[in-house]
Amino acid sequence: MLILVEFSENDSQKSWNGKGHRKKYRHKHGQKHKTVSDLTIALAGNANVGKSVIFNELTGSNQIIGNWPGKTIERAEGKLYFEGYDIDVIDLPGIYSFSTYSMEEIVSREYIALEKPEVVINVVDAAVLERNLFFTMQLLEMEVPMVVCINQIDIAKQKGIIIDTEKLQAALGVPVVPTVAVRGEGLHELMETATEIAKNKPKIKTAKLEYGSEVENRIKELTRLIRSKNLELGYPSRWIAIKLIENDPEIQKLVKSKSEEVVNQAYKLAEEIENIHHEPSFSVIASERYSLANGIAGGAQMQSEIKITFSEKLDRIATHRVYGYITSALVIGGLLLWTFVIGNFLSGLLSDAFSFFQPVDPQISGGLVSILWNGAFGGIVAGVTLVIPFVIPFYLMLSLIENSGILTRVAFMMDTAMHKIGLHGKALIPMILGFGCNVPAIDQTRILETRRERLLASFAITFAPCAARTIIILGLVAVFVNVWWAIALYAIDLVIIFALGRVALKVVPGESIGLIMEMHSFKVPSISVAAKQTWVRIKSLIYLVFPVYIIGSAFVQALYVSGILGPINAALTPITVLWLGLPAITGILLIFGAVRKEFTLLILVALVGPNLAAVLTPVQFIILALVGMLYIPCLSTITILVREFGWKAATSISLANLITAIFLGGIAFRLLSLVF
Amino acid sequence: MSKNTTLSENVEEYLEILYKLGPDGERVTTSMISENLKIAPASATQMLKKLADNGYVEYSPYKGGILTEKGLKIAKKVTRKHRLLERFLCDILKIKKEKIHEQACEMEHTLSDDAERALCHLLEHPAKCPGDSVIPECDLKFTTCEECKKRKEVDVEEVGKRNENLIPVLDLKEHKKGKVSFIRGDYKVIRRLLDMGITIGAIISVIKVAPLGGPVEVAIRGSKLALGRDIASNVFVEAVDEAGC
Repeated sequence: MLILVEFSENDSQKSWNGKGHRKKYRHKHGQKHKTVSDLTIALAGNANVGKSVIFNELTGSNQIIGNWPGKTIERAEGKLYFEGYDIDVIDLPGIYSFSTYSMEEIVSREYIALEKPEVVINVVDAAVLERNLFFTMQLLEMEVPMVVCINQIDIAKQKGIIIDTEKLQAALGVPVVPTVAVRGEGLHELMETATEIAKNKPKIKTAKLEYGSEVENRIKELTRLIRSKNLELGYPSRWIAIKLIENDPEIQKLVKSKSEEVVNQAYKLAEEIENIHHEPSFSVIASERYSLANGIAGGAQMQSEIKITFSEKLDRIATHRVYGYITSALVIGGLLLWTFVIGNFLSGLLSDAFSFFQPVDPQISGGLVSILWNGAFGGIVAGVTLVIPFVIPFYLMLSLIENSGILTRVAFMMDTAMHKIGLHGKALIPMILGFGCNVPAIDQTRILETRRERLLASFAITFAPCAARTIIILGLVAVFVNVWWAIALYAIDLVIIFALGRVALKVVPGESIGLIMEMHSFKVPSISVAAKQTWVRIKSLIYLVFPVYIIGSAFVQALYVSGILGPINAALTPITVLWLGLPAITGILLIFGAVRKEFTLLILVALVGPNLAAVLTPVQFIILALVGMLYIPCLSTITILVREFGWKAATSISLANLITAIFLGGIAFRLLSLVF
Repeated sequence: MSKNTTLSENVEEYLEILYKLGPDGERVTTSMISENLKIAPASATQMLKKLADNGYVEYSPYKGGILTEKGLKIAKKVTRKHRLLERFLCDILKIKKEKIHEQACEMEHTLSDDAERALCHLLEHPAKCPGDSVIPECDLKFTTCEECKKRKEVDVEEVGKRNENLIPVLDLKEHKKGKVSFIRGDYKVIRRLLDMGITIGAIISVIKVAPLGGPVEVAIRGSKLALGRDIASNVFVEAVDEAGC
């Protein structure tokens, strides 16, 4: 099945880089089997420079989002057909350097050096040229065929920065293409240039980028030594020489296995540089590299006047000591309110559409029908009516907020509060997501630097009152007790998140890393870009969650049909009846609820009818909601915890939830019995 | 023997307290000193005058004193030794927190510079004392801790001492500029800062300090970065005159 579709909706009005011809690249949908690509192009660059926007514009919805083998780092790959080429596009993680500071850096560096994509497109933020060129220098040192894409030239212009691409091209020795990716401008030319390079394979002259003589001479000396040894390391000799002089531990290890002599010589040379500069060699090289970047940027850009732009005025408000907090509260509150309002509306519509779905009675229709209909299909219905409606508006708004740059300001303002649970401001972003659904939230913890931080954030997220928990709280407590108790449960949940976050901080060893975050300029977010991002996120969510829903739901139904839930109920009475003061049937509910939290409510209704007040007392409603809310992450959440952190961590987190829920439930039962 | 060691303990104690009460060069009044050291205001005045005579303090009657560059240098050194010793007593010797202050007060005056450096290495260049106050930077002319760790004792003479007092970025006033001169911390932190453009010799300026102990927003190489407080207290700069750059 090969359907070729036009790339963008409004292409006829928009000219590509003023040339006015129609775009010739198309996406292929519905490819069943892997075709051999003619070309592989990698997108590389700093975080937040519009790399993903370019990736989405080029590959449309034809993407595979997965992980790099053996690592929890996202690998985004897409296909595009351009002027007779089948092109594989790889979106590398956003990084600032090729040191071995992070997994992202190692992944990118190994990919570029060892898999050798035909062309690397280095996406550069025009407004922050110097910082971005620091990374460009390093790409040049890797001697890969590359194009530099100067993106967001419109934002740079607003700031009064004009970039002379000709001069930049001359200084770097590689082609430079200006673009405004959110509007699709310049992308055609970018692809033309990239395919041109792939065809002609021009030699890159990195000789233009020389360090100061005391460093440069030593690099050259070491390069000669490495060349003479024929080490076959996969990386260019000069690059290896620079990395060795920088004392890069990974590269030292790599070279040491082949030649001790080279490593020793490098060590000696590095020491000589350190003696001259009184600075570690990696610091000397970083400084020199930055001064090279500074020179090139300075020569190629003109700052007409320093304008205080509208974006800077907004920035002053967003980080103001009073208005900043108000802005943050509005952003978070607004996002949640929007999600609930739109989500409820959509959920209502979809529930009506699926109102034909009524669980059948297994006694009448037989076991298999019940498993397939109540179980498997019921799982799909619940996913469509309960998860999708909340996730769509949430992701759409989140993308808009994210792309506008306001979220970094919120993280800036909230850093102090997050420090109390061992995280920094950036962790707020996935935590907010957790209010919608835990699964994408845990996925988003990838923006944090260390595994420890990701684990701490994910742990806190498993307690966040997601849409399903909200359903339980509203359905049980707000309806049958009163709305104040429902709000109280919400508040208690937040206190629990905070308290357990503190506990987890003590339990999980390691030091927290401080915040280093780039504050990008504000920009007007593009709805079409946000819509595309939302679609990609939802698609990967559907792939992850729906199978679990369907299989899990069918499995529990099978347990029910086979009649072994009765004995389970009986076995659980010491906890449910004696400790928590709930009726014995709640044992089943809690088993079902492990698949999906809302099941606790739905199954109860299925078992005893809609008038729940006949079976439960107000105290029991509150206890059931409290326990149901906390006692275990749902099956999909556990799935993603296993994927991100392994079985051990996932089990520990689930057990922590279970113990907290049962412990607090029992205490609450005893306290509430005094009140009511 | 350097001149510092000939200073009386008393003088060092006074300078230390002046630094504690006015770390950013604020004026410290006589009553603040007398309250803190639990001595008569008259003796505090007398001491301030004596310090002023030696050029450690700028003293104006009824207003109090401000540390001079010379005084600040000694004050920082003693404070540094004090806080390092507190860390040592607490972390390594596991002495109760209530007891460490007094003990450190006794030891700080006799601790040699070499021992101070060795202590700093042993504790892995800590940024804060157990009471969460920032430990001042050392006065050796190193740009990073990595460099200091590599050098042997004999080399240190050759490296020499820093002339000027450095300020952590955290204490830089909004819209003030500084030249990055020293970064404290382990390899990873330094590496990360370098990659983000905070290299030795780069000009950095503070745009905004978030309230409630929040991060610091800085401008560096034409871009803006948010630095957490812990990191901002580990990047030290030399103040730069507006006209100078």
